[in-house]
Amino acid sequence: MEFVKQYWAPLVCGLVIVAVLPLIVGYVVLVERKIMADMQARLGPMRVGPHGLLQPIADAVKLLIKEDIIPEDADKLVFWLAPVLSVAAALLAIAGLAIGPAFQIAKDVNIGILFVVGVSAMGIFGIVLGGWASNSHYSLIGALRSSAQLVSYETAAGMALVCGLLFAGTLNIASIVEAQRTQGIWFGLLAPVAFFTYLVASIAETNRAPFDLPEAESELVAGYMTEFSGFRWSLYFLAEYTNMIVVASVATTLFLGGWLRPFSETHWLNFIDFLPPLLMICIGVYCLIRTPKQPARVQQLFMLAVAGLCFAVALVLAAPVLVPIIKPSLAAAVKPYYEGILGGFWFVFKVSAYIYFFMWLRFTLPRYRFDQLMRLGWHFLIPLSIINVLLIGIAMIAGQYFHLAGWSLLLTTIPASIIALIVALFILATEQKSEPQKASGAAPDSYA
Amino acid sequence: MLDQVIFYLFAAVAVISAILTVTRRNVVHSAIFLITALLATAGIFLQLRAEFLFIVQIILYVGGIMVLFVFVIMLVNLDVAVRQLQFARQKWVALLISLALAAQVGLMLWSTGKMPGQGVPVLAAAPVDKLPLNSEAVAKSLFETYLLPFEIASVLLLVAMIGAVVMAKKRT
Repeated sequence: MEFVKQYWAPLVCGLVIVAVLPLIVGYVVLVERKIMADMQARLGPMRVGPHGLLQPIADAVKLLIKEDIIPEDADKLVFWLAPVLSVAAALLAIAGLAIGPAFQIAKDVNIGILFVVGVSAMGIFGIVLGGWASNSHYSLIGALRSSAQLVSYETAAGMALVCGLLFAGTLNIASIVEAQRTQGIWFGLLAPVAFFTYLVASIAETNRAPFDLPEAESELVAGYMTEFSGFRWSLYFLAEYTNMIVVASVATTLFLGGWLRPFSETHWLNFIDFLPPLLMICIGVYCLIRTPKQPARVQQLFMLAVAGLCFAVALVLAAPVLVPIIKPSLAAAVKPYYEGILGGFWFVFKVSAYIYFFMWLRFTLPRYRFDQLMRLGWHFLIPLSIINVLLIGIAMIAGQYFHLAGWSLLLTTIPASIIALIVALFILATEQKSEPQKASGAAPDSYA
Repeated sequence: MLDQVIFYLFAAVAVISAILTVTRRNVVHSAIFLITALLATAGIFLQLRAEFLFIVQIILYVGGIMVLFVFVIMLVNLDVAVRQLQFARQKWVALLISLALAAQVGLMLWSTGKMPGQGVPVLAAAPVDKLPLNSEAVAKSLFETYLLPFEIASVLLLVAMIGAVVMAKKRT
C-alpha cells in the first residue's frame, strides 16, 4: 500500500495529465477563437457541433492524418527531437504545480516554484533546435529571436518572482499559498509592480502577441515552425499553450492566492462559497434556453447534454457547502473535500482569467518591433524589477519595525512600488533623451 | 535496489553522452549530448536529496548551453568544422596520463576497507527526516557562515560583467 501511494499514484496522475492536457489545450484554442470572433464581431467556429463545441476534436484528427514533411537537407534526428523536447519540458513543469491542496503530483518539493520555472524554460531548446534543424533562414531567424527574447525577459520574470517569494519566505508551492492564507492578503496586492512585471515578462516568454516576434507571419512566415507540419507542428502548438497554462498557474500561485477564494479568512463573506455553483447553474439554464433555437435534433440533444453537465458540476461544487448546513453531523467528514473541490474551482477560475487577459491583449495590441521589444525589456522592465526587489525588501524591513502585517503592510509596500515605478520611468526618460536619433524613426534592426 | 538501478542508469547516460560530446563531429550534436550529460548529473543530485543543486544545475548549466547554441549557430561554420581535424596529435601522452589516472582511481577503490583511513570513505546514509530543508540549508551557509566570501565573489562577478560590457562597447 505504501509502495502504491509512493510510486503509482503520482504515476497515474501524471498519465492522466499527459492524456487530458491536449484536450484542454484544444478547448483553450477554441475559446481563444471564440473570444477573437467576439471581439471582431463575428461568430467564430460554428459548424462542428453546436457553437463549434466539437471543433478541437476535428482539428486534432485533421492534424494527425496530415502528411508529415521533413525538409530534404534537414538534420533528421534533431528535427525529430526538437518538438518532443518542447512538449516534454512544458508537461514536466505541470508536475510541480498545485491545483488544490490535494492535487499535486510532486508533493512537498522543497524547490517547488524554481522547478516549475527552470524546467519550463528548457522548452526553448526545442524552439532553437527546431529552427536550426529545419535548414531554413526563416526558421533560424525565428529561433534566434526567440532565444534572445527569452533570455532578456527571463531576468525580469525571475526578479518579479523574487519579490513574491520575499513575502512567502519559501519556495514550496503549497506553503506559498498557505502563507497567503495566514497573512490574509494576496501577494499580487502587496507587490503590484512585481505582478505587472511578471505579467509582461510571461507574455514575452510564451511568445504571445504583442511579443510574438519569433513567429511573426508578416516577416518570417511562421518563424521556427515554418518547416514543421502535421503532428510535429501540433506538438509545438501544444507546448505553447501548455506553457501559457504553466505561467498562468505560477502567477496564480504566487500573486493571486492559488486555490484560496477571495477573502478566505473573512467569515462574514462566506457566502462567496455559493457563487461557483450558482455560476454553473446560470450557464446550465442559459444552455436550456438556447436549446429550442438549435437547428438540428442532434445539436439540441448536445446542448441538453452540456446543460446537464453544468448542473452536475454545480451539484459537485455545492455539495461541500450545503452538506454541513443540511446535516451538521457530516460537517467534519466533508471538510477535507471543501478545499479540494472549491479550491480547484478557484484555481482554474484564476488561471482562466489570466489566460483570458493574454487573449484580450493579443486581439487589442499591434505587434512590437524587435528593437522596441528589446528596449522595453532591457531599459524598462529589468531596471524596474531590480529596483522593485530592493525597495520591497526595504519596505518589508520597515514593516517589521512598525509591526505591520497583512493588509497594513500595504502602507509600506505601495509607496515602495510607486517609487520603483517612478525611478524606472526616469531611467527610461533619461536614456531616451541621451539617444534622440535612435529613439525616433526606424532604428536599424541590430538584434535580429 | 530501485535506487541503485536509477543511479546506474543516470551514471551510464552521463558517461556515454560525455564521450559522445567529445567525439561527435557536428558541434550542435555535441551540445545536445552535453545537455544530456548535465541533465543526468542533475538526476544524480536529485537522488542524493540535493534538490537545490539539481535545479541550479538545470537553470544555470543547462540554461547556459542555450547561449552556447546561439554562439555555435552564429559563429561556427559547420561545413568547415566537419572537415577539420578533430583531435590534437597527443595520443601517447594522453594515453599515459589517463592510464595513470585510472591506476590512481583503481588503487583508491581497491584500498577501501582494506586499509583503515584509506580509500573511499564509507558513510552511513543520513536519516531523511533529520536532513535540514535543502534551500534553507544552502541559504544559511551562504548568507550566515560564508557571507563575506559570498559577497566578495558577487562583487567580482559584477566587475567582470561590467568589464565585459565596457570592452564590447569600445569596438563600435
